Amino acid sequence: MKYFPLVWATLWRKKTRTIFTLLSVVIAFLLFGVLETVDYAFAHPSSGVTGADKLLTMNKYSITLSLPFSDVQEIRSVPGVAEATWITWFGAYYQDPKNFVFALPIDTDTYFNLHKDEFVVTAPQMQAFRNTRSGALVNSALMQKFGWKIGTRLPLHSTIWTQKSDGSLDWKFDIVGTFAVKDATQASAQASTVLFHHEMFEEGRSFGKGTVGWIEERVSDPAQAAEIARRIDALFANSPNETKTQPANDFALTFIKQFGDVGFVLRAILGAVFFTLLFLTGNTMMQSVRERIPELAVLKTLGFGAGQVLGLVLAESLLLCLIAALLGLALSYAALPIIKQGLQGVELSPLALVPGLGVAVLLALIVGTPPAMRAMRLNIVDALADKR
Amino acid sequence: MSEAIVRLRNVDKRYVRGKQSVEVLQGLSLDIAKGDFVALMGPSGSGKTTLLNLIGGLDKPSSGEITVAGQRLDQLSSGGLAHWRANHVGFVFQFYNLMPMLSAQRNVELPLLLTHLSAAQRKANALAALTLVGISDRARHKPNELSGGQAQRVAIARALVADPTLLVCDEPTGDLDRKSADDVLHLLQMLNREHGKSIVMVTHDPKAAEFASHRLYMDKGALLEAAAA
Repeated sequence: MKYFPLVWATLWRKKTRTIFTLLSVVIAFLLFGVLETVDYAFAHPSSGVTGADKLLTMNKYSITLSLPFSDVQEIRSVPGVAEATWITWFGAYYQDPKNFVFALPIDTDTYFNLHKDEFVVTAPQMQAFRNTRSGALVNSALMQKFGWKIGTRLPLHSTIWTQKSDGSLDWKFDIVGTFAVKDATQASAQASTVLFHHEMFEEGRSFGKGTVGWIEERVSDPAQAAEIARRIDALFANSPNETKTQPANDFALTFIKQFGDVGFVLRAILGAVFFTLLFLTGNTMMQSVRERIPELAVLKTLGFGAGQVLGLVLAESLLLCLIAALLGLALSYAALPIIKQGLQGVELSPLALVPGLGVAVLLALIVGTPPAMRAMRLNIVDALADKR
Repeated sequence: MSEAIVRLRNVDKRYVRGKQSVEVLQGLSLDIAKGDFVALMGPSGSGKTTLLNLIGGLDKPSSGEITVAGQRLDQLSSGGLAHWRANHVGFVFQFYNLMPMLSAQRNVELPLLLTHLSAAQRKANALAALTLVGISDRARHKPNELSGGQAQRVAIARALVADPTLLVCDEPTGDLDRKSADDVLHLLQMLNREHGKSIVMVTHDPKAAEFASHRLYMDKGALLEAAAA
C-alpha cells in the first residue's frame, strides 16, 4: 500500500495519454461485458425444467425441422399436460427485410387457453378474430410503429412459405384487433408479434402440410415439469422425429442458436478486440517506461531493487487495466436493460461480468511484463548517463 | 588521518563498447577520511564520474578493492548493492532528478519507502529534512514549481532523509546560477561540518571546490595530486 501514491502519480504522469488509453480499455471492457453477458445467457439457459409452468417441444436436432401434427395429440395424452398448442415459424417481414415481423400462425382456442391471462384483447376484437379467416391480431406497439389501423389490409412477405394458389411468398391478412401483454417484462419480447389463424396457413401453404414448428405445453404441476418433459421426449425416442422438451422461457435462446454457434462468434469478436488492445496498451506501457528510464534509474540509485522496480511497473499496468475494466463492466451492467430489449426474451445475468476482472488482471500482466522486465534490467550508469 | 570511510585499492575500470575496450580508471588507490568533504576535479573524460559511481555503489570495478563504510562493494551482488545504497549513501545530481509528478515532500519520502517507517513517520522525517535544507515551505510544490536552487535543496533533502553515512554529489551546482550555487554549497558545508556527513563532490567549478576541505585532481583515469583547503 505504501507504494500506491507513487504508482498512482506515475500512472497520471501524462494525463492525456492515460485518459485515452483508459478510454480504449474501458470501451473494450464495455464490449466484453455486453458480449460476455449474452454468451453467458446462451451457455446458462434458465434455472432448469423443474418449476417451469410452460414447456416447449421441438425437433431434437433443429428448430428448422418440423414435427408431425399428430404429435400434438400424443403429447396431450401425457399425464400432467394440461394444455398443448402448436405454432410454426412463418419468417415474415413487412415491405422491407429490415421490417422484421414475428408472425405466428396459431390455433386460437388452444393458444389463448394456454396463454390465459397473458394478453389483453377486447372481447369484440377477439370475436372478430375468431370470425375472420384472414384476420390478424397485432401487437399495439407494432400497430403504432407502422401506423396500421384496424381494417388495414396487411401484406406480409414470408421468407419460407409459398402459397399453394400461385407460389407467391406474399400473404395478405386483415387486421381485426390489437393486443397488449400484461407482464411488462414481456412487452419488448412481444413487440413485433402478429398472430393469425393456423387453419388459413395450413390450407394456403404449398408444402409442409400436416406439420408444425413446435408444440407448447402448459403443465398442471410445475414441480413435475422435469418428469413431464422426460415423458414427452420418451414418447418420440427412436422415431424419425425425436423431440427435445425444454422450458418455454429458453425458446428465445434456442431460436437464436439455430443460426450458428453464437458463443463462438462472440468469443471471436472478443478475441479480436483484446488482441488489438494488447498492442495498443502494450505499446503505451512500453512508451511510458521508455520516457521514464532516468526516473526508474533514480529509483534504483536510491536503493530500489530490481524486483521492486518490476513490481512498480506491473502495479501501474494492473491499476490502469483494473480501473478501466471496472468502468467498462459498470457501463455494460448499466446497459443490460437496453441489451435485453434488443435480445427479446433472452435473460441476462450480471454474473457474466465477474470473469472480466480476471481478464483485466491477465491483460495487465501481458502488457505490463515486457516494460517491467526492461525496467528491472535497467543499468543505472547507462540510464543516468544522459541526465545526471 | 582518521578512520577512512572510502578505501580504494588498485581499482581498474574498463568499459566494453562494441569491440572496443576503454580503460577509464587504472590502478587507482585512494582513502577518504570519515567526515571529510572532498572535491573531485579534472577535465571531462578524466574518470571523475566513474569513480563517483564506484564509490556510490552504482557500478562495480573491473578489478581491485572498494571498501565504503566498512563494506567491500566489489564483492556485493546487484541486490546487495541496492540494499547497501539504501542504507549508506545519498546521491545529489546536477539536474536534481526529482520525480516530476510528486510533490517535494513525496520526493523526499522516496528513500523511506524502503524502510519500515509508518506513513506518518515518513512524512515527519521528510518534513524534517526539508526544514534542515530550508525549504519546508515548498513541501507541497512539484518540481516544476520550484527554482533550480530550490529543486537542488529538495534533492539534497532526499539524499539526507535516510541519514546516510556518505553523500555523493555529481556537479551539484552545475545547473545553478552563482547565488543559488553558493547557497547549495553552504548547505553542503553545513551538513559536513555540523552533521558530520562525509561528502564526495565532483565539480568543474574551482569556486565550488573551495567549499571542500580537500581537493583531488584526476586526469586520464588516475589521481594527480591532492590539496587541502
